[in-house]
Formats: sequence, C-alpha cells, structure tokens
Amino acid sequence: MAIVAEEARPVAGPGRGPVPRPGRSRAGVRRSLVRSVPLVPAIVLLAIFLLGPVISSFYGSFTDASLTGSAAQGSSFVGFANYAELFADPDFPKSILLTLVFLVASAIVGQNVLGLGLAILMRSSSRFTRGMVGTFVVTAWVLPEIVASFAAYAFFNDTGTLNTLLASVGLEGTNWLYATPMLAVILANIWRGTAFSMLVYSAALQDVPPEITESAEVDGARGWQRLAFITVPMIRRSISTNLMLTTLQTLSVFTLIFVMTGGGPGTDSSTLPVLAYQEAFQFGKLGFGTAIATILLLVGAVFSVVYLRALKPEVD
Amino acid sequence: MKRTLSATVALGAAGLLVLTGCAAGESEASDTIKVAYQKFGTFTQLDAHMKQVKDAFEAENEGLTVELVPIEAQQNDYFTKLALMNQSAATAPDVMYEDTFMVESDADAGYLAPLDEYTEAWDEWDMFYDNAKSAGLSSDGKTYGIPMGTDTRALWYNKDLFEQAGLPVPWEPATWEDVLDAAATIKAKLPDVVPLNVYSGKAQGEAAAMQGFEMLLYGTGDTLYDADGKKWVTGSQGFEDSLAFIGDLYQGGLGPTPEQALDKNIGNIVASEWLPQGKLAINLDGSWLSGTWLETGTAPWPEWNDVMGQAPMPTQNGDEPGANSMSGGWTLAMGSKSKNKDAAWDFIALALDKDNSQSYDIAASQIAVRSDVSEDPDYQAANPTFGFFSEIVAVTNFRPATSDYGKISSEITIAMEAVMTGQQSPAEAAAAYDEAVVRIVGEENTTS
Repeated sequence: MAIVAEEARPVAGPGRGPVPRPGRSRAGVRRSLVRSVPLVPAIVLLAIFLLGPVISSFYGSFTDASLTGSAAQGSSFVGFANYAELFADPDFPKSILLTLVFLVASAIVGQNVLGLGLAILMRSSSRFTRGMVGTFVVTAWVLPEIVASFAAYAFFNDTGTLNTLLASVGLEGTNWLYATPMLAVILANIWRGTAFSMLVYSAALQDVPPEITESAEVDGARGWQRLAFITVPMIRRSISTNLMLTTLQTLSVFTLIFVMTGGGPGTDSSTLPVLAYQEAFQFGKLGFGTAIATILLLVGAVFSVVYLRALKPEVD
Repeated sequence: MKRTLSATVALGAAGLLVLTGCAAGESEASDTIKVAYQKFGTFTQLDAHMKQVKDAFEAENEGLTVELVPIEAQQNDYFTKLALMNQSAATAPDVMYEDTFMVESDADAGYLAPLDEYTEAWDEWDMFYDNAKSAGLSSDGKTYGIPMGTDTRALWYNKDLFEQAGLPVPWEPATWEDVLDAAATIKAKLPDVVPLNVYSGKAQGEAAAMQGFEMLLYGTGDTLYDADGKKWVTGSQGFEDSLAFIGDLYQGGLGPTPEQALDKNIGNIVASEWLPQGKLAINLDGSWLSGTWLETGTAPWPEWNDVMGQAPMPTQNGDEPGANSMSGGWTLAMGSKSKNKDAAWDFIALALDKDNSQSYDIAASQIAVRSDVSEDPDYQAANPTFGFFSEIVAVTNFRPATSDYGKISSEITIAMEAVMTGQQSPAEAAAAYDEAVVRIVGEENTTS
C-alpha cells in the first residue's frame, strides 16, 4: 500500500534554516525544476509500481473479472454492480466493523499506548532492564510475519501454550481462536506491532529537551501533567507519523488473521483484507474482491487525511 | 549546471534500462510439456503416477521434456492456483489435472482445448464407459477432459468400535435417524471417540459441499438444480433439512468440534490418524479413502480391511431408492495455450492407456472408467472395497454440470459453516443461500 510520502523530518530545534521566500523569481522556479529532474526515474518507478496497481484495482472493481467461467476469458465493464452487491451483502458491514475494531483496539490503542508507555518507562529504567525489555519486544517485530503468525496460533490454540499455562495453575482456558477470535488476533497484533511504536517513541522522547521538563517540574507540574502538557505536545509529530504508519500497516494485516483463524469461525474475524481474499481467490470473483480492496484503500485514505488534518504535523 | 544535466541524463538512462529489463518477456521452447496436478497431504498417488509416465514419455519421445508442476494445495486453493497459471500463456500448463465439475466452467473461461480431433483417432477411446465420457463433455458438445477414474461416496465405520458400543455389525442404517442414533450411542458408550464425521465449512471447499451436503440433500428427494428446466432450486425443504442435520451433528456434539472440522487439514487427519487409531467411529467419505492405507499410500495400515466396514448412506426417511451417493471424478485436460498440442495429447494418451490407468486406479483406489481395466482380474483383486463402491453407482447422482456450480458450491459451504457454528439457524442459512443463488444466476434462472 502506498504510504503517503510524509518525510519524518528530525524534530528541528530553534534556529532552522531560512524559510523559502513566498514570491520566487522565474529563474528560481526554473532552477528548482531542473534540480528535480533526477527524481524523474524514481517518480516513474513509483507511478508504475504503486500508482499503477491502485488504478488497475480501481478499474478492476468495475468489471466482472473472474478466475473461471466465461468472464475469465474477457471481463466486461459492469458499472457499480459489484458495489451494489457488496452493500447488499450482510457480511460487508460486519466486515467493516470488524476491521475498525481490529484497527482501533490493536493499532490505535494497543500498539500506540503500549509503545509510548514502554518507551517512557524504559527511559527511567536501568540499562539492564532496558536491554532485556527491548530485546523481548523487538523479537516479535523481527520475526517474519508468517513465523509470528504461527507462533501466535500455537500460543492461542486449544492445546496451545496459553491453555497449558492456565491449566498448570488450575484454570481452564477457553478455545481462544474459536470462542474469542477477534480478541486473539487483536492481542497477537499488539504483541507483534508494539515494538515499532516503542522504537519510534523512544527516539522521539530523546529529543525532548530535559530543561523544559525540568522547568515544568520546578513550576510544580506532576508526572501525568508533564506527560500530557509537555511531552505529548512536543512529540506530536512523531505520534502523528506513528499513528499513520501503524494504521496503514494494521489495515492491511492479512497473514496473521488468515493463519490464526482463517477469518472464521463463520465470518467472525473476516476483516476486509481476509474477505477480499476469500471472494477473489477462494470463490474466484476477482472483480468483487477488488471492489472490497478498493473500499479498504478508501478507509486507509480517510484515516490518513484525518491524521494529517487533526495533528497538523507540518506546523510547529 | 552542466554536471547536473549530465548526471540527470545518466540517471534517466539507468532508469529506462531497469524498466525495459522488467518488460522483456521470455520466450518458451515448445519442446517442453508442462504438466500441472495436485499433490497434497495423503494424496501422493498422482505424483507417483506422473513421475512414472514422465520417464516413459521421455524415453519414447526423444527431444521432448516433461516438466512436472505438482501444486501443493488443498482442493479449493488448487483450483485457484491452476486458474492463475492459466491466465497467462507464459505459465499456462499443457496438461492439467482437472475436476469434472470444473470442466464446464474452465472450458467457458477458455483455459481448455477441445480434444475431439484427438479422441476420434484414438482407438482406445471406445474402452471408456459412456457415462464416464460424458463427464469430460461441456455443454457445447465438445470433450475437454479424459477421465482418469470415478468415485462414489458412502459411510465408512469402524467395526471394532461398533462392537464395543454394542451396535450391530454389519451396520445397515435405513434413515438419517438411524445414523444419528448410532452416533449418539457411540457418544454415550465411548466418550473419547468422535462419533460421526461429515465434512463441513468453507475451509473444506468442495469436499464439504459434495461429501457432506449433497450426500444429504440428494437423499431428501430435493436437488440443487432442475436439469430439465435448467433452473436452480431455491427454498426447498430438503435444503433446510440437510442443514438441520449438519446443525444437529455439530451443535449436538455428535461430530468433531467445529474448530477441528474447520481445520484445513481435517481430511488428512481423518485418513491418517483418527481412523487408523480408532478415534473416529463413522466417516462419510469417498471410495478412494482406502488408498491412503495401502502399502503404496502415505499411512499404510495392513489391518484396515478387517477393521473398516462400509454402508451406503441412507436417504432421509428411507424412501426409494433407499440409499444415496454422489459421483465425481477427475480428468486430464489440455491447456488451450499449449504450444505443442500434439505432444500434450501424446502425454495424456500415454498416462491413461490401459496399463497406466489400471496402476493409477489401483494405487488411488479409483473406480475404473475403462471397461478393460474394470474387467481385469488384477484390478478386481487389488482392493476388496471396489465391489461395494462399484455397486452403489446404481444410486449415484452427479453434480449440476453448469459453469455456475463452482460459485454456488461455495455458497453451500458458507451456509454449512453458519449452521455448524451456530451463527444462523438452518432456515436463516437456507434463506441466505437462496438470496446468493439469485444474485449469481439471476431470478429468472431459479425455481422454487
């Protein structure tokens, strides 16, 4: 998925370079055009490999493309038929809801809050603790997605690690993947993704000048006040970038859910990517599946715009 | 400035080189025959067969090479991967292993080449039974697949467990009630044993729709498709009753737990673990099941014939003809994008000549579709269940031969999963299925 090209600039302190003058001379415009020519190959490659698929997916969602049957020979334009069918399908609103639940619980709340919490705690902890916790958390991030998914599957399985642990202390666990599939995949995604947020926030916190925090302390601000009124506003840009990245990453999570629950039981954990895969490749309805993927793209775009607007990362 | 420009030109040229490198296609020599087939879990007999035919073919045809492409995927994924291969001439196989129910749909999609000009000149074509020939026939009247074997479906039951539970052997259930009663008895007497397995749910794909659902539905007197009126049946009582059977089985604790049943691997687990280890009492499955337990199979079980019995699946209330079965079977088909069709045909003809058909039918426990094979004493002696499963051909049914069947079969598995997990009642799931069928084929092509 195309990540909106928002450069994560280092947090600039006071005394940045000169701001470009609003009214530029003609020569200046020409010079900057010529200077941007070396970017052309990169832009062309981006257009082919990122924009191309988006456009082709958009077009595909208006056709009856199919893996088998007469429509496989040459698909024809069917207008909004796929979307009409999609909105009439009771599985679709459920899938949107599950996707949002998964997104909010595992990425926006889980990964971000836990990542920020860990980063803050680690700042004031001993070097040893920091190393240990860091290693544990980052391990999940280092694992390839399919390996992490199998690990999570083995953990939550009916006869898996979690239930074995519970049994050893005399508790009887339920069958997590079957009885509470969304909870299981949300926890797994938090486990896997927290490291990323933690690393981003650790880096951001290091750039918060200690003098400011100290002067707030002198002024009598308590711990939570320092966090809410000093630290969080100062790392706002990192929060926005991180929210955007984790949101887009989580929206496109497929392997984890597919391996752990297969979108089931029934449709109880069929988020949009899983639903799109099932329709396109299990049931052979490529056009219909592509329509779901396009909706997913729109959901991602909406979130990106909201973050960019609400947190205004470009304004200091 | 000058340096900037020249650097720009150099970079641009490099970018163009990369791009053209990507676009350059590869040309494929036509002296290679690509053969795509399925190899998954306990189903390895075809792989062994293809390797053997490849050696024989290459020895006979100097200069031609056979490239085997075993696709390791469960049935639904196999169809997907095969369809994706077929989309482009660069990857399309010359010969492929094709389920009879996909023939119509894939011929429509332009993936398959008609074989009539070859079968006309093939003296062995007369050896194939007429109903088997029709399995490779599409509605345009052309033959697209040469059948390898056929199959029927019935109840397999463990005689030892039946005796322990005090149930009669041989078992002759006359109605669905009898089947569920026997399962309930097993559950009461042998709590550690799974009483009855009927494949169900999306993960099992066509196995759930055919071995599971249609084995029930076609025993109610109702059908999926009205072949005379060429219309799909909606709102039938039999459909709802069949779903109710699945609901009773899974929600009533008489089957595997729903999460076991939704495991993609359950087919392999049943054949190689649960049945040989006496963990499953009754299994509604195909005639090919014993192929796994032969010496050539993946889980040899020398005592299987002493332990496992077979009973025909009864109709709902014991109505005529008393039992039901479904038949399918697989074919070898030729890819329409093949660059050497004559060689592809030679491969198919060799793979399905008398000796090769026979060795494959024996290894994979297939019901022979060539008269010279089924009359061969070696074939008849090879597997003691061949007699039983050939007899129930008399009550067998075939799936609707239309190109919409694949999509509708998916809808059946969705309805089954909704009922087995308790998310919908049989009536709700049947109503959702009816809506889906209308969406797929249009109101005018349904009847109720």
